[in-house]
Amino acid sequence: MQSKAMARKPTSAEQAEATQLGEIKRILETVLLASAGPMTLTDLKRVFEVELSNDFLRRALDELRADWQGRGVELVQLAEGWRFQTKADYQRYLDRLNPEKPPRYSRATLETLAVIAYRQPVTRGDVEEIRGVAVNTQIVRTLEERGWIEVVGHKEVPGRPALFSTTRQFLSDLGLRALSELPPLPEMAKNLQVSALFQEPLPTE
Amino acid sequence: MLEIAEAAEEEIRHLAKVQGELWTDLPTDLYIPPDALEVILEAFEGPLDLLLWLIRRNNLDVLNINMTALTKQYMTYVDVMQRKRLELAAEYLVMAAMLIEIKSRMLLPRKEVADTGEEHDPRAELVRRLLEYEQMKLAARNLDGVPQLGRDFQAVSVFVSQLAAKRLPLVGSEDLLDAWRAILKRASMTKHHRIGRQELSVREHMSRILKHLQTSGRSLFTELFDPAEGRSSLVVAFLALLELVRERLVDIVQNEPFAPIHAQMAAPVDQPDAV
Repeated sequence: MQSKAMARKPTSAEQAEATQLGEIKRILETVLLASAGPMTLTDLKRVFEVELSNDFLRRALDELRADWQGRGVELVQLAEGWRFQTKADYQRYLDRLNPEKPPRYSRATLETLAVIAYRQPVTRGDVEEIRGVAVNTQIVRTLEERGWIEVVGHKEVPGRPALFSTTRQFLSDLGLRALSELPPLPEMAKNLQVSALFQEPLPTE
Repeated sequence: MLEIAEAAEEEIRHLAKVQGELWTDLPTDLYIPPDALEVILEAFEGPLDLLLWLIRRNNLDVLNINMTALTKQYMTYVDVMQRKRLELAAEYLVMAAMLIEIKSRMLLPRKEVADTGEEHDPRAELVRRLLEYEQMKLAARNLDGVPQLGRDFQAVSVFVSQLAAKRLPLVGSEDLLDAWRAILKRASMTKHHRIGRQELSVREHMSRILKHLQTSGRSLFTELFDPAEGRSSLVVAFLALLELVRERLVDIVQNEPFAPIHAQMAAPVDQPDAV
């Protein structure tokens, strides 16, 4: 340690910046912990008297995230901004605080959500076409009430059906930053060229 | 693919009970006890789901479906559904119609598509739909596997009363004092001159004067009045003095003109030398 300090003494400017960074990290930590929801860079910038660059803020956030590593709570970046959240590993302990289990969504609800998430924007008709069954109004309402899907427009076809997309909150609630971070769609047989696929000889009679 | 089939079986295994016992082994043939079937059918998310399950159960490749067998199986289910008077959704009947159509088309000689020279396989659309559905079904499962806020982790927020509660104004003792002063000031500005009946008792002043004279015996007339008490009080005091004189309890004396007037306790009656 001594030898390092001997090798190169930090300049006063560097020291000033280091102390400034430390203070900014503490401010970010306080604000993020006190905030009720995720905060965007813009939100975070507002709390400082001086104008901070996005790069500097990101660096501070990255360092803060690193500082919190190895704890039960982590700092994460989501679609809606930055947020402190508990790690999934410790959920079972939290569950004991409140033994009431959160209800699980039915398969129908999850499948509807999956179609909307991966094929958005889609109409109810599109969902029905893929699933082969009518989509219950309640399912759509459940997902809307959760704040996971929303109407983003109407398809210009007879009846002008609503087009559904997933929300930013949906991504945040799944701990994601963007749609591209969704689990990739399972690989299915890509080539649907019929003649190549059917080994079974077609009846010829 | 096998994994999917296993997962589907697993699902059904949990659901199917025959005479109270969990029905864990799926028979290889099509026979399923009707009691179980009822439960199984409710577990399906529609005809595509049922078809997929039939295909996976028989270890068939979706891309290489034997239409005859599949249609036969499917129709058995639809038949059971009807016999058991299960609420038969229209989608199941539509699918049955589609299967039969495909089957019948396959029996007919197909015409070649003019430009590509490829044969049109009547199963293609069904296969496409089955695959697309299966993909979404798996995607839904994967999506459910993604850790979820509220279920698998929680948002952390330190309780800060300033943010949690509606902000209320802070009030210090100084503010209260200022407010009180302001009220007094305003009150003094709007105060009307009021003439109220002052409760002044002549008797009270009579007692006061008597007590004063009893201790001092004799007092200067002016000492009996306290100008600070106000005009009305002086008037009452004077009335009280007159009353005392009238009742012959006090004497007022002036030895010569312009000399100070004195008040004194009245002399006994047998010495009538009062004014």
